[in-house]
Amino acid sequence: MEKMLLKRVDIPNSADIDVAMKNGAYSTLATAFGMRPVDVVNEVKRANLRGRGGAGFPTGLKWELCSRVPGSLKYLLCNADEGEPGTFKDRFILLQDPHLLIEGMIISGFAIGAERGYIYLRYEYPTALVVLEKAIEQAYAKGYLGKNILGKGVNFDLSVHRGAGAYICGEETALIESLEGKRGQPRIRPPFPASQGAWRKPTVINNVETLSNIPYLIAMGADAYAKIGAETAPGPKLYGVSGMVNKPGVYELPMGTTLRDIIYTHCGGVRGGKKLKAIIPGGASTPILTEQHLDVTMDFNSLVAAGSMLGSGAVMVMDETVNMVNVAYVLVRFFAHESCGKCTPCREGTSWLYQVYKRLMHGEGKLDDIDLLLYICDTVKGKCFCPLGEGAIQPVLSSIKHFRGDYEQWIKSGKSAHV
Amino acid sequence: MLTEEEIKEITTELVHAERKEAASIEALMVVQKRRGWVSDESIRDIASLLDVTPDELDGVATFFNHIYRKPVGRHVIALCDSMVCWSLGYDPLLDLLRKKLGVGFGETTQDNRFTLLPAACLGACDRAPAMLVDEELHGPVTPEMVDGILQKYK
Ligand SMILES: Cc1cc2nc3c(=O)[nH]c(=O)nc-3n(C[C@H](O)[C@H](O)[C@H](O)COP(=O)(O)O)c2cc1C
Ligand code: SF4
Repeated sequence: MEKMLLKRVDIPNSADIDVAMKNGAYSTLATAFGMRPVDVVNEVKRANLRGRGGAGFPTGLKWELCSRVPGSLKYLLCNADEGEPGTFKDRFILLQDPHLLIEGMIISGFAIGAERGYIYLRYEYPTALVVLEKAIEQAYAKGYLGKNILGKGVNFDLSVHRGAGAYICGEETALIESLEGKRGQPRIRPPFPASQGAWRKPTVINNVETLSNIPYLIAMGADAYAKIGAETAPGPKLYGVSGMVNKPGVYELPMGTTLRDIIYTHCGGVRGGKKLKAIIPGGASTPILTEQHLDVTMDFNSLVAAGSMLGSGAVMVMDETVNMVNVAYVLVRFFAHESCGKCTPCREGTSWLYQVYKRLMHGEGKLDDIDLLLYICDTVKGKCFCPLGEGAIQPVLSSIKHFRGDYEQWIKSGKSAHV
Repeated sequence: MLTEEEIKEITTELVHAERKEAASIEALMVVQKRRGWVSDESIRDIASLLDVTPDELDGVATFFNHIYRKPVGRHVIALCDSMVCWSLGYDPLLDLLRKKLGVGFGETTQDNRFTLLPAACLGACDRAPAMLVDEELHGPVTPEMVDGILQKYK
């Protein structure tokens, strides 16, 4: 497949507007502004673009809901919080091709009728902050942002809003709270952001990668776009692969590439010729898979059928040397720390899980602790205010399901690990 | 008291903000950038600029991992403790840093040069194990590289 999303990232100085423009940036604006906003929305609907932030919600449908709400003040938010452990794909676009994202946001804003956009950027990407602010300034100077863009009467203002370190702020309603200057704790839905989001105005929130698809989707048209990748979720996909592989990195491949292809063809296989043990296919909150799942295609529906999720497409690879009890401990520690504390099942559940894992890691575990872990998961499952809690129990449930032997062996050995 | 410069910078941030309160993180960061951390007094001063109560602003400040409500050293080392960094050498790296600096997580060296903190995933899994020193990302960090990295920060 010819690269689209990463087409410009290897060009030297690609974050500069002149270099980006020489290589096609902002060339789709005229096409988009020649259409009616509703036609742009319909094109995205027809292309069946699904959100790349984790949930896979159909982008066109979200846009349609927002665009149908009456009123002239609407917001378009770009989710650049990228906090899910294992995920680093958006970083490539933010650092190397910010103008792709900006162009995508201008077109998306035009489609839904939003004249104000924000990029919510995680604290941990300080370099991206500098790059984005420079890129936005350049886009204003060329007249691609601001009033009357291309003389077509389209207005769009854009700025960056920085986070300060909180995974939960990637959840869309928590992101809105934080954008408004409050603690980043999720809101009850409904109302959904599409009808009442930032400052109670209709708001669309999309992931960096989702928005970066828009210029290419509109340029090539829905029919051609829909021919790329999986039928149920077309388009190119950025897979961020890390862990024990020879060539970690971000790979742009058709949605629905198999794990085997990703790991062995593109990433050069497992480091040191070791045996593959486990794969987390879509970020920390997606259930762990094993080498038996290598032929699963990496798209939303296939991964659900295989008992996991595509999430953010962050593939983490572990070899035979890894102790899965320790993996679950490290993941649970993250969730316990990042639980926002708003609801009891998640706040208490994640910290109790963490306590039990600490005991296991200190060599003080009992075989009964496996059932205790499952019991705690049960008190969390389906009872949380937002999806973080549900995500937090996935590493526990899936590691016990596939690697119960690791737990039993570890507990019986009485060993303790560095924690 | 906030300095004139700090007040000016916070006021500039208000231009982008739909409401004053929306600039809370940026305002806290303006102060933190200059002083390293945010004191109770600063919380009160910033709150009055943003028309919120000090408690509301403190609720925001304490919510986030990288707003420091206690003094830190001249440089902050945020060592990624998430999944991929852990699997590729976080433990030995942490041991080494503890030994070289003589401090553990949440502590500051006696010469006030470094504060060591754990960090949730830095989004640098392709460069694991990774750490952020102030605003600079390092990774993959091998034990042999640690001295050289620390030397860069005075
Ligand atoms: C705990 C949590 C963290 C999330 N973090 C992110 C994130 O960092 N980036 C992101 O794009 N979406 C994240 N999401 C998903 C968002 O809530 C939302 O679905 C997404 O931004 C919508 O954009 P999309 O439709 O383009 O994918 C997170 C969700 C949850 C529950
Ligand atoms: S599930 Fe966790 S993160 Fe979500 S609202 Fe409840 S406590 Fe907060």
